[in-house]
Amino acid sequence: MADPIVEVRNLRKTYGAKVAVDDVSFAVQPGEIFGILGPNGAGKTTTVETLAGLRSADGGAVRVLGIDTLRDPAAVRDRLGVQLQESSLHDKITVAEALGLFASFYDDAADPRELMELLDLADHADKQFARLSGGQKQRLSIALALVGNPQVAILDELTTGLDPQARRATWELVERVRDTGVTILLVSHFMEEAERLCDRLVVIDAGRVVAEGSPAELIDGLEGGRTVVVRFATDDAARGRTLLADVATRHPDVDRVEVSDGGLEVAVTGTPRVLFAVVPALAEADLVPDDVRTVTRTLEDVFLAVTGRTYDPQAEREPALAGEGDRS
Amino acid sequence: MTALTPTAPSRARQGTAGWRGFGPLLRTETRVWLRDFAAPFFGIVFPTLILVGVGFAIPGMRDPMVEDVPPGSVWYGLTPIATYLPTVIAMAVGTASLTVMPVTVATYREKGVLRRLSTTPMRPQGMVASHLVINAGTTVVGVALALVVALLAFDVATPTQVGVVLLAFVLGMCAMFAVGMLVAAVAPRASAANAIAMSLYFPMLLLAGLWTPGPIMPELLRQIGQFTPLGAAGQAMTTGWFESGFPLLQCVVMVVWTAVLLPLAIRLFRWT
Repeated sequence: MADPIVEVRNLRKTYGAKVAVDDVSFAVQPGEIFGILGPNGAGKTTTVETLAGLRSADGGAVRVLGIDTLRDPAAVRDRLGVQLQESSLHDKITVAEALGLFASFYDDAADPRELMELLDLADHADKQFARLSGGQKQRLSIALALVGNPQVAILDELTTGLDPQARRATWELVERVRDTGVTILLVSHFMEEAERLCDRLVVIDAGRVVAEGSPAELIDGLEGGRTVVVRFATDDAARGRTLLADVATRHPDVDRVEVSDGGLEVAVTGTPRVLFAVVPALAEADLVPDDVRTVTRTLEDVFLAVTGRTYDPQAEREPALAGEGDRS
Repeated sequence: MTALTPTAPSRARQGTAGWRGFGPLLRTETRVWLRDFAAPFFGIVFPTLILVGVGFAIPGMRDPMVEDVPPGSVWYGLTPIATYLPTVIAMAVGTASLTVMPVTVATYREKGVLRRLSTTPMRPQGMVASHLVINAGTTVVGVALALVVALLAFDVATPTQVGVVLLAFVLGMCAMFAVGMLVAAVAPRASAANAIAMSLYFPMLLLAGLWTPGPIMPELLRQIGQFTPLGAAGQAMTTGWFESGFPLLQCVVMVVWTAVLLPLAIRLFRWT
């Protein structure tokens, strides 16, 4: 593997008695889309703001493009693009003006027109910021993070507040940007987004890394195997429940069954081969179910497995609030 | 390491690199700012409107003062509207520095524009600087317009000591923009900046003689006013315009306000 382009070791950041980041370490390889995932208040934003040189740390080490951004934040700004949550522009500045202006700050800026093409903003070049839709504002925000031709771009909660269609469009754009050679740090509380986009990711909870790997690795590594849900017609439901309960007692690949939806649905959980136990049993009894589906496991299940809590993106308190004065 | 403000170390080593793009920033900010009707209007046209309004609406403003003023006085034979001019200039300075600039900066902070800038090689200080330039420029343009109208419409005499008037104007701008910077530094939101600014603006206008200009200002008000930045500016300009002698106290007062408030504002300034 190449040298990491971003490296965070044992990062720690407190605001008085409140610990925003307890102990976070990870390394990002060039060309990756790397996810920093977790519920609100887990310390994700504090982590990336620290590595971007916007905050000081209480402990640990950070290197971005070989630069210690805790010591020398200015040295990295020319090559690090940052898209922050909740930062907007003057209501009356146009898309083209904003991009042209930000381009002038950088040593080797991208062509604003090309960026507008890349991010589907060319038709809105002369539109004022206040008149842009949420998705357009977000795309402009990404464009501004990329206008300095960065080698690394941090995108923080970039699809929050977007409708599903705009969200998917934004995901495609992020992949397009990565294909141009930019390494992307994607901060998200949105598991589906990370699962869809990230090559690798860390899950952060209460200021600590609780899981690290590619989405597939993390999901495949889950204990508790796979679940098949079988739905029966009302007349067959009683027979079906008995049959599958029986399968559970005698088949090695089946661990347990759970009945739901008034007895019409039976969830069979077992090893990855659980489907092979369920289907022959149904065939043998000539019991045709209304529906059979395998339950897809997601990063939310990974979160549940590593924290013992159901994933709720809004669950955590916001430790960042205590640090409001420190943000300056 | 303690929780230092992150901009503090970068400020020290930014050198000139942090100002690349200041030209485009100033141009873009000026263009965008001109799209807002209110701010340019108040900065440029308001002083003239007040001058013309007072000059034509209030009876006797254009008649030379010969009855209530002893013949030996510097005011003898001047029109009241002429004595009002330094006050109008002071008001123009106060309007840009207090009601426009701090609200703009506080809005940018509230909307995260300054934070966004701090992720780029441009320092957020550049944004504040650009609005100091824009508002100082507006004040100069607004004052120039008022002067031209005063000359044409009211035949106002040129200052007896042009240098003193200019010095008082510049020092007044420095002192008042220092006050405005402090408001911008501490106001958490645009609405708060506006509230603080307004609560300073009107008392300062009173002390600068908006309602009791030059010769008719009560002595107590004059005594208090000379220690305030805008009052001192108005009085020093009045001295330079109509009287002889150098307004030393007023100039020192303006320098002290600037020297105290500006570093304080820079120290207290919050970028987010």
